[in-house]
Amino acid sequence: MMEFCGINPAVLVASLMVASVPILLAAIGELVVEKSGVLNLGVEGMMIMGAICGFITAVSTGSPLLGFLGGAAGGAVLSLMFAFLTQVLLANQVATGLALTLFGLGLSSLMGQGYNGIKPPLTEALNFGPLSDIPVLGRILFSHDWVVYASVAIIAAVWAVLKYTRTGLILRAVGENHDAAHALGYKVGLVRLLAILFGGALAGMGGAYLSLVRVPQWTDGITAGAGWIALAIVVFASWKPWRVLIGGYLFGGISVLQLNLQACGSRIPVEYLSMSPYLITILVLVIMSSGRGRAALNAPASLGQSFHASR
Amino acid sequence: MVTLEKRPSPSRFWSAATPVVAVALTMLAGGVMFALLGKNPAEAIRTIFWDPLFGEFAWYLRGQLLVKAGPLILIAIGLSLGFRAGIWNIGAEGQYIMGAIFGASVGLAVFPTDNRLIFPAMIIAGAFGGWLWGMIPAILKTRFNTNEILVSLMLVYVAEKILSKAALGFLRNPEGAGFPGSRNFNSYPAAANPELIAGTGMHWGVVMAFIAVIFAYILLQRHILGFQIKLAGQAPRAARFHGVNPQRMVVLCLGISGACAGLAGVFEVTGPAGQISIDFNVGYGFTAIIVAFLGRLNPVGILLAGLLMALTYIGGEMASTNLGLPAAAIQAFQGMLLFFLLAVDVMTNYRIRLFTKGAA
Repeated sequence: MMEFCGINPAVLVASLMVASVPILLAAIGELVVEKSGVLNLGVEGMMIMGAICGFITAVSTGSPLLGFLGGAAGGAVLSLMFAFLTQVLLANQVATGLALTLFGLGLSSLMGQGYNGIKPPLTEALNFGPLSDIPVLGRILFSHDWVVYASVAIIAAVWAVLKYTRTGLILRAVGENHDAAHALGYKVGLVRLLAILFGGALAGMGGAYLSLVRVPQWTDGITAGAGWIALAIVVFASWKPWRVLIGGYLFGGISVLQLNLQACGSRIPVEYLSMSPYLITILVLVIMSSGRGRAALNAPASLGQSFHASR
Repeated sequence: MVTLEKRPSPSRFWSAATPVVAVALTMLAGGVMFALLGKNPAEAIRTIFWDPLFGEFAWYLRGQLLVKAGPLILIAIGLSLGFRAGIWNIGAEGQYIMGAIFGASVGLAVFPTDNRLIFPAMIIAGAFGGWLWGMIPAILKTRFNTNEILVSLMLVYVAEKILSKAALGFLRNPEGAGFPGSRNFNSYPAAANPELIAGTGMHWGVVMAFIAVIFAYILLQRHILGFQIKLAGQAPRAARFHGVNPQRMVVLCLGISGACAGLAGVFEVTGPAGQISIDFNVGYGFTAIIVAFLGRLNPVGILLAGLLMALTYIGGEMASTNLGLPAAAIQAFQGMLLFFLLAVDVMTNYRIRLFTKGAA
């Protein structure tokens, strides 16, 4: 196969699959939250809390698996605060989401004191035996750690649940019209609380993947906007699970490619390369939001509105 | 059981009391946090909120209060107009950086000069830079229906990359022996933004912040535009019948908030910061979001909230040097404040009822 500036396409694809795991997990979690009619803009905050909680758990227990659970717990606890404010106290969701991010950034940096420069325990690649020796495909499909496969499996599961199960139907009903769902006897608040917790746990797990595998160490502000990109991917995906996968791999691909170009001394200045993921996010938002394929048409109808059962 | 009952109209009492209660609750929760960090909570709270105003070094720190509050107030005033209209510009940090870069570029382009007119020109360039950066989400929203929250936030990261390019590349001090950062404006009198009255911390940016407060007050209380902004936020449908053009609202609000943030940026870089450096921005654009909410999106409230938030910055630095409190603790503290504010705000719009059986 053609090699461009020392970049092997198979390695590139394999590494973009790794690079996109954090945003994939966060985005599919947020998709479920938004499907229930809640706009949680605190993804960045939940991710970074997951990153530090996961890191601390993994370092202190020596187990990366417990680290991911710790990360998920960290994200979920923060999302519980969001749920309390927006579902019980009916606070504005946009403002609360921002508060979650600002608070999460501060608290994570506080918790991370003394954890800089430490290496977390290694998350090993699964052993597929001879399968991973297949040329090209082996590198792309059978060389990863379990989280890479889990992220795809979770997307498949979310898709199946939303499309084929009663749970999915209730979730969508609550998101499309909370008054009607309430009138039918569904517990709008409870459904949304569970969705928010699910989103928080996945965002936290995505954050933990950053600090445990992707980077892998703890630095302040480690997420660097990944949570916001995850939010953009939900819009890109027009709230459809499989499109989250496409969006995630697209962005993973761009960030890996720009890192590779930086490393091989491209003539484009480093600053311009490193701003490309953000610029492309904007570009994609523009394309998806305008014209006939308007993503907004697919948005859950009750998205971002508080629900107060007056009767 | 406890239930919420919607008030027919927001409570004026709770609207005013919310920030006070929220600050008190934050102090309590913050005290717990400081205790968990192994610090004496009472001492930490006193160091943050009392010592900068009345302590041993108050003569110096009081001046710092205006230095920190100026940009916060200026940015928050701009943001508050958009927030009132339901237009969420959360990229003020990026607009602040771009304002600083534009303003500094104009000043550095004509270096050296004694012509004092260069300073107003830089200010205008700074406002323009911020406005321009705010116009990107505005145009994309009006033209392509793109979400302004995500675009304005993405542009913060882009602005940070441009800033590092500026500090290391096109604005780097040619006589700086290769160190990153631009020429220092404190040794470039015509372009500097000095302290106007020694010891007060008053500089042109603070003056501008006060002017912005007055303008915003008049705009919201006396001008049709202010009425339209409020209407667009509270009743979008009614606003359309009134003839408010939502597109125009977006361009206007993002433009004003961008220009305000840009102004804050250029005043900061020519004054307290002194030069364009990789990290001259310290997150005022994000903290200003808290200031705007804490001030209840009201100009006078924002003035007070900006001073309070400036106090936490200064007190936080004090607590960091004197008590060894991590700087991040203050950031968490400020985030907590916004949480409590939003939580207590439920009282403004709802009444808490003890649900009794048999009541209709």
